[in-house]
Amino acid sequence: MSGEAVLLRGGRVVDPSRNLDQTLDVLLKDGVVAKVDEKIAAKGAEIVDAAGFVVAPGFVDLHTHLREPGFEYKETIATGTRAAAAGGFTSVCAMANTDPVPDDAPTVAFVVRRARETGAVRVFPIGAVSKGLKGVELAEIGSMKVEGIVAISDDGKPVANGNLMRRALEYASMFGLPVVVHEEEPSLVGAGVMNEGWASTRLGLAGWPNVGESAMVARDVQLAGLTGARLHVAHVSTRESLETIRAARKLGVPVTCEVTPHHLLLTDEDVARSGYDTRFKMNPPLRAEADRAALVTALVEGTIDCVATDHAPHHEDEKNVEFADAPFGVIGLETALPALVDGLLVPRTITLLRLVEVLSTAPARVFGLPYGTLAEGAAADVVLFSTSKSTPVTPDGFQSRSKNSPWLARTLKGRVERTWVGGREVFSRSSGTPR
Amino acid sequence: MTKRPDPPVPASPRRALSKKDLLDIDGITEDDIRLVLDTAESMREINQRAIKKVPTLRGKLVANLFFENSTRTRFSFEIAERRLSADSIALSATGTSVAKGETLLDTGRNLMAMAPDAIVIRHSRSGAPHLLARHLPCAVVNAGDGTHEHPTQALLDAFTIRRAKGTLAGLRVAICGDVTHSRVARSNVSLLTKMGAGVTLCGPRTLLPPEIERTGARVVNRLEEAVEGADVVMILRVQKERGGGLGFPSDREYYEQFGLTPERRKLAKKDAIVMHPGPMNRGVEIDSAVADGPDSVILEQVENGVAVRMAVLYLLIGASGEDE
Repeated sequence: MSGEAVLLRGGRVVDPSRNLDQTLDVLLKDGVVAKVDEKIAAKGAEIVDAAGFVVAPGFVDLHTHLREPGFEYKETIATGTRAAAAGGFTSVCAMANTDPVPDDAPTVAFVVRRARETGAVRVFPIGAVSKGLKGVELAEIGSMKVEGIVAISDDGKPVANGNLMRRALEYASMFGLPVVVHEEEPSLVGAGVMNEGWASTRLGLAGWPNVGESAMVARDVQLAGLTGARLHVAHVSTRESLETIRAARKLGVPVTCEVTPHHLLLTDEDVARSGYDTRFKMNPPLRAEADRAALVTALVEGTIDCVATDHAPHHEDEKNVEFADAPFGVIGLETALPALVDGLLVPRTITLLRLVEVLSTAPARVFGLPYGTLAEGAAADVVLFSTSKSTPVTPDGFQSRSKNSPWLARTLKGRVERTWVGGREVFSRSSGTPR
Repeated sequence: MTKRPDPPVPASPRRALSKKDLLDIDGITEDDIRLVLDTAESMREINQRAIKKVPTLRGKLVANLFFENSTRTRFSFEIAERRLSADSIALSATGTSVAKGETLLDTGRNLMAMAPDAIVIRHSRSGAPHLLARHLPCAVVNAGDGTHEHPTQALLDAFTIRRAKGTLAGLRVAICGDVTHSRVARSNVSLLTKMGAGVTLCGPRTLLPPEIERTGARVVNRLEEAVEGADVVMILRVQKERGGGLGFPSDREYYEQFGLTPERRKLAKKDAIVMHPGPMNRGVEIDSAVADGPDSVILEQVENGVAVRMAVLYLLIGASGEDE
């Protein structure tokens, strides 16, 4: 990490880890946050005029599909982490549905090595729950832990077998690893490609109901209660799931959950309005307005711990097909901050402090990562962003290798300006990404 | 209920639909619908001449892309194209082009290179015509997409009803059967409610899609309730190939509960007409005595399909610029 000092002068420093929101200087030196104070003098440091901008701990994404190895035509660790840097993310957790699947030590070691060689930001691998994501036998969780996994997940596929989920929770708990669950009950989801409701009825597309998610959430929070293991529910999309999680928490079950920007801001009516545009097809699907509103409330008040992007790159050729045949997923790293500023901060639905918390401090805490803070001595993972400047979302504007964004052609208030990882600049809006 | 004739339609100054494509009834206006129905009247007249052919679409090329089995609709479009003197070509594929390694969009783009004026597409995927329409400059006509819509069927049904009843507004129309899997039902509900008819949808709860009452239709589960007092009884095909079979235990029970028998037919108005988009499952959703009975307009629907499709093609690709 760089030893060159950077002084961010006069920015609005928002650090939820210390409940801090005031105009201060921040000095980054030797890879760490050296000082946060009024009027810091630092001879020889690069001076960044941060007046009018927000200075915050770098964002942490618990749910990123980097696609390498196996699907490099969609994304690589290099391009995905450049997209992360451009979105203000300094740490990303790489999901396990690659080819090969990281289900043993060497496959995890590969991701760690590639990230070290080509990554623009910190990459934390998530190991598989089951060998090959097949949902039959446990993956080699202990050996993967040695190589650096921070959680286990069969994301993209539900763990349909309840007994396997129980054993995964028990086994992972020995290593202090959370189990991240993608919740869908296969027989209720069926061939569903969107939310079941008025929009699916009009479009004549197969829908799947909220209970397809919440039934599995109910099973898994009870298994977490039974085992005492850490459960993290990925991309919650329904109000019933939220009710179930609230009830479990009241009983002391150690469950956390995340929500994506698109589930917070879009609904199944956006699918209808788009005229079968597959940039609005993801799993779980965009839900009804009542669900969307409930997710926002839950995020603001704390039932939902954090935001995660579920950045899921797909090639244009894969997406340019009939709606039912297109793969699920949208990219999200580069639009997360502007989408949330535009959709939640500008209308004053969320405070700036809470917004930064759900993007950095809270996700770091969920996986036990030592980031998401500007405490003196912490790693100098920092994002500088504007809440008043706008980001036009265009196909050519992405660092990601893919362009499957539901925000294309929109101009969103909020813009990431610069990003540092360990004190080294990894993104600057004016000069592009240096590496 | 008294028959109220539609107000006399003035010779429309408009000779084209408001959009370049006909993708769904949901996306077109009442004026568009009236224009198609009025134009179809003159087309019907052509079909009764000794020489059933006019030069209206001479030099125009229409490509018929049928990715799903179809007899009636496909023949109907082909006949319509020939009667208007369009050149027409047909591409039929069992399964999707994806199965052959080519995407729908590539098939469309390749076809486009040969400059058709219109593409008529039938496809098993909802929204497939919309995908083509978004990327291709020619007119795209939806000839049935998955479980979404079948707009020309609804137009020919409306044409048939209007000819029988003189009007659409104020009529009581019962649409009965497997609504969930029926693109015919979606298009018809949309068209009929737009035009002021009162629609009752009826079927087993398992075959009615969620929130269907938001179409403005009355929704019931007993066939008797739907048929009672109706001017029009439209029976839908049970679509086992689309998964309709999970919605009821057996053909026998379906017939008992939801089959249109002569007894149930009697609950409708004396002069009610009986419709079915075909192909029929005789003895399941409809009794042969009704299907072949005096109130049945099922074959007229087929006959009118040609005139309506002639009207649609004419209004999409023949009506711009010069006169007939």
